[in-house]
Amino acid sequence: MKTTEMQENVFSREKIYASLFELENGERIRTCLQCGSCSGICPFGYLMEFPPSLIIAALRADMYEEVINTESVWMCVSCYACTQICPSQIPVTAALMTHTKEELLLAGKVPTELQSALENSQRYGNPMGESPRKRADWAASIENPKVNIMGMIRRPVDVLWFVGDYPSYHPRVQLATKALAKVLNALGVDFGILGPEENSDGDTQRLAGERGLFEMLAEKNGKVFRKYKFNRIITTDPHAFNALKNEYPKLGIDYPVQHYTQFLAERLDDIKPLLTHEVKARVAYHDPCYLGRANGVYEPPRTLLQAIPGLELVEMSHNHTNSLCCGGGGGGMWLDGFQWEKAHTRLSEWRVGEAVKAGAEILAVACPYEPPRFEDAAKTVKEASHLAVYEIAELLAKSMGL
Amino acid sequence: MNIVVPVKLVPDLVEELTIDASGAALDTMWLRLIINELDDHAIEQAILLKERYGGQVTVLAPDSEGVDDMLFTASARGADQLVKLVGNFEGGVNNHALGRALAAYVKDLKPDLILTGVQAHNDLDGSIGALLAEYLQMPYVGYVSGVNLETDKAVVRKEYPGGLIAELEVALPAVLGIQAAEQPPRYVAISKVRQAMKTATIEEHEVAELDLLGGAVVSRMFQPEAAEKATMLSGDPDAVAEQLIGIFKELGVL
Repeated sequence: MKTTEMQENVFSREKIYASLFELENGERIRTCLQCGSCSGICPFGYLMEFPPSLIIAALRADMYEEVINTESVWMCVSCYACTQICPSQIPVTAALMTHTKEELLLAGKVPTELQSALENSQRYGNPMGESPRKRADWAASIENPKVNIMGMIRRPVDVLWFVGDYPSYHPRVQLATKALAKVLNALGVDFGILGPEENSDGDTQRLAGERGLFEMLAEKNGKVFRKYKFNRIITTDPHAFNALKNEYPKLGIDYPVQHYTQFLAERLDDIKPLLTHEVKARVAYHDPCYLGRANGVYEPPRTLLQAIPGLELVEMSHNHTNSLCCGGGGGGMWLDGFQWEKAHTRLSEWRVGEAVKAGAEILAVACPYEPPRFEDAAKTVKEASHLAVYEIAELLAKSMGL
Repeated sequence: MNIVVPVKLVPDLVEELTIDASGAALDTMWLRLIINELDDHAIEQAILLKERYGGQVTVLAPDSEGVDDMLFTASARGADQLVKLVGNFEGGVNNHALGRALAAYVKDLKPDLILTGVQAHNDLDGSIGALLAEYLQMPYVGYVSGVNLETDKAVVRKEYPGGLIAELEVALPAVLGIQAAEQPPRYVAISKVRQAMKTATIEEHEVAELDLLGGAVVSRMFQPEAAEKATMLSGDPDAVAEQLIGIFKELGVL
């Protein structure tokens, strides 16, 4: 049949290789040893019909179409665990898994939950489908000084704070956003936000296979960045940090960018005298995938936590390069129902269990996906019912008495 | 099979709606428009039928802000022909007028089947499908959630309230008001939509005059008003209980 011939053509080994080899270090896929480390370390590898190493094997056997005919790859949370462990340094996450998602998406095979997040991102600039006009509503309660919205103040600022989707709209994450605004105010940082002009950074949409949407969102943000004068960008979200640091420059949108924990850790001497209230608790820190493994930022968050008087930092069994994903990355945030159906467990539940085993009373996080994910998980994992989840900014604000 | 799908954009309820100074229309200043959800299902159903039986799908819409993007998206999903009705459509137009304008144009397309959303949240004067069928002298079935085609008829599934579903035969050509497509409207990657923007063309059809006769005239538009406010009782628990007993007695429940 004609259509089958056409499809075979689309997913031929040569065609897929050609697309993969265009990507950074993509040709390293040829060097795969079939050791299976990637599939072993993948937190959901055991549920995939085609975990990473088997995708490569299928590709070599010119059977990539079979991979496309399964939903395996939607279990991938783009956590970089496979990339981290690969002895051949194959860009498993960035090239193989993401490209496979792109192929599925182009073939129109998108789980419904993910589809609505992508449609919302396209239409409203955020995956939740919230009103773009309300993007800065969280800031209304911040006083002394009020939060500068760039379109209104019409003057340069030192720091442009790229707030992000969940920090702007999610009721739980807004608490952390407000805490960070207060901390920045306490430090006298001259900052501004884009408010209604900010669009989703698009990185998670990209990792969920929607490269075109990512580019569209990046172009919109780039256009707004160019309108204003600032010295640097800070982000609340490690995914936005990753996009601005590693992906936007490829599209000609190039600004110095830091995650807020890096920015604050550089100002530790100014922060320390303000940390006047004790936070007496054993605290475990969860390394977010896109701060840790993807970008090598492990110490600034820990430095900030250790500066808080009374706080005792403990490590969970998975930490630093070996950290465990919260389950929200790579589209996981928008595939909760889908992944639950396949796994009947959540990575966030596994993680809060580890925090409790490490003796932690507080799980400290540095990514906006995490407060809601881990708080929900703590409600369902019996031994974690007393575990509190706080963004690092919230713990700093607490210690500053803000 | 020649399938024509008339669709329209409606106010997007993600933004709060405000009423303009005239007090009889929506303030368009902040209004965003979005494809009527059921029209989106009509497009999906048309493409499903095309995939199943072959044929050609024409999507047409009256001009409004964002209509080009919507049409290009329809093209990326599989529509063959895109048509924009251009004329005095600013600020919306009643369904009688739109129905007449569509009928005059659609007649020449000689459709076998016309699919459109069974309703839109801004319909004030009946649904467009029924009006269009009347002007074209075609049969009409509304609340349709499934379509199969035979030589010169369609077998359609019509939803009734209370969970009843009927299967009806309709002679073609016919107009169907779509309640739901057989599968949710599909996702098309942005790259495909961008591709369609480069390759597809939108035909413009000038509508010289709109005949508004038969439409509803809005005299006043307003936010819901609270008819009667609740009575708040105050004081310490004993005093509140005393008042409550008094009220109950007054109402005859005690």
